[in-house]
Amino acid sequence: MELKPGSRWKSAVCDAQLVVVRPPSAAGELQCGGAPVLPIDDASAPSGAVDPAFAEGVLIGKRYTDEASGIEVLGAKAGKGSLAFDGTPMTIKGAKPLPASD
Amino acid sequence: MRTPLLLDIAADACSDRPAVGGRADGLDFAAYRARASRVAAWLAGKGKANTAFLGMNGDALPVLLFASGMAGTPFVPLNYRLADADLNKLVARTAPAMLVADDDMLARIAPVDGVELVARSDFEAEFLRGEVPEPVLLDEAENDIAVLLFTSGTTGEPKAAVLRHGNLTSYVMSTVEFLGADEDEAALVSVPSYHIAGISAILTAAYGGRRIVYLPAFTAEDWVATAAREGITHAMVVPTMLDRILDVMAATGETLPALRALSYGGGKMPEAVIARALGMLPHVAFVNAYGLTETSSTIALLGAEDHRAAFASDDPVVRRRIASVGQPLPSLELEIRREDGSCCDVGEHGEIHVRGEQVSGEYLHKKAIADDGWFATNDAGWLDAGGYLFVEGRLDDVIVRGGENISPGEIEDVLRGFDDIADCAVLGIPCEKWGEKVVAVIVSRSGAPDTGAMAATIKAKLRSTKTPEQWFVRDELPYNETGKLLRRVLKAELAEEVCAG
Repeated sequence: MELKPGSRWKSAVCDAQLVVVRPPSAAGELQCGGAPVLPIDDASAPSGAVDPAFAEGVLIGKRYTDEASGIEVLGAKAGKGSLAFDGTPMTIKGAKPLPASD
Repeated sequence: MRTPLLLDIAADACSDRPAVGGRADGLDFAAYRARASRVAAWLAGKGKANTAFLGMNGDALPVLLFASGMAGTPFVPLNYRLADADLNKLVARTAPAMLVADDDMLARIAPVDGVELVARSDFEAEFLRGEVPEPVLLDEAENDIAVLLFTSGTTGEPKAAVLRHGNLTSYVMSTVEFLGADEDEAALVSVPSYHIAGISAILTAAYGGRRIVYLPAFTAEDWVATAAREGITHAMVVPTMLDRILDVMAATGETLPALRALSYGGGKMPEAVIARALGMLPHVAFVNAYGLTETSSTIALLGAEDHRAAFASDDPVVRRRIASVGQPLPSLELEIRREDGSCCDVGEHGEIHVRGEQVSGEYLHKKAIADDGWFATNDAGWLDAGGYLFVEGRLDDVIVRGGENISPGEIEDVLRGFDDIADCAVLGIPCEKWGEKVVAVIVSRSGAPDTGAMAATIKAKLRSTKTPEQWFVRDELPYNETGKLLRRVLKAELAEEVCAG
């Protein structure tokens, strides 16, 4: 899976949709709900179960990172599964939103 | 990352949220994307390198901007206020291009090889009216230049500033939360399309999920009426606009209860105007933003909390921050440097340098950015102990008197403290003895300014070398339409007067 900045993905097991903001420093697998994510234009509907170990959910508008690899992902649609990179859970990047300036 | 992605993900996540235009007849996000994709297919079919636009603000503008990004043709908004000869030079520089122009501006454009002219009324009839079409799926375009903005060219030919998709998306994604806006939020845009804030407003609104409403051209009466009618919650104004808006509110009794946030930038806002605005709009959060075309808009901002803290404080250091542009964005680096390139100390004046993904620092055929990514803004400024940035204007405007560098900004700040000063500018005028001498041009409310008292205050607060040696009283100062004081115009006029005198 080529995790280029701006590339769009969807969860194989829930409704989450994702955009890669920063690529990982080395190749690896982006996962949601315990399963590898699919390209956004993949025709298949979500199927299978969300792995209980990766079920904290993806929130819309939040940014998720994996510090070791540097990958950063935007939640473009919410879902029940949570994100991991090569099995390592990704964490929410706590950034205070700035006031609108233009 | 490309700008159309911002619209794409918003349209996928909230297709029926209002996106562009009035409550009654606007586009929702699905229609916004669908119409833009039709325009993009048309542009791609035409095969021209650029997409140019000459016209007043309106719903065609954001559709055309996103369509240009989808088609991979740089979007080039042109300044309709230029004289015809200058405008036509820029039109020629856009070739080969599609040029969508307001109907009443068509006659101004001389025919040029490679530039295909389209009347805005025809464009709107084809792409903005009637039933919303099915979106067209286009392959991702290659060209990574999103926008070309011509600088005002006060010295020599205008330069075409290059903004790449990566610069703009980085700016948007690092400053705005995706769909962070409430569904009822609406932004009123009155800066023209050829200004960087006119471009960034489109992108940040789409990504934030906030509706944008356009004023074709700014008048304070229209602004207030539109803000009231459309339930406007957010707006950006330049300094000259705000005072006139407050006048209209005072005259009509309109209180704009829906308004939540007003940002201002593009020039120095007189403190008295901000104080008046805070008083008349107690429910509104004020934000002062500083940025440049070459930095994809905002690089520093003074938020609502900072405004309140400054006005409430007895500490002169905190109090003074009302005249600052706040703190640099966390997503970029900012330094004040001396002429030899070393970093200035706290409080020491120098040139503002900035580095980050949103910084393009690039003109067509000419990179203005250092190899290590730092961009010299050509603005003079300094940082206080709390990291608040004070911008003093263009480095070229710094007065060099007998070898001493004097920033007009700090002298003007002292002058604005006088109730009688409605507006002012401090300039350096060539002089045999000192190289340049300090002169002040003031607009007096009373018509009988006490320049002796003003000079004494400047001497006491700053020092004698910064005290204006000559005073000129004017009815008003020259500004361009985005609120920038035309210092060079003023300087040229004064140089003549001083010589003649």
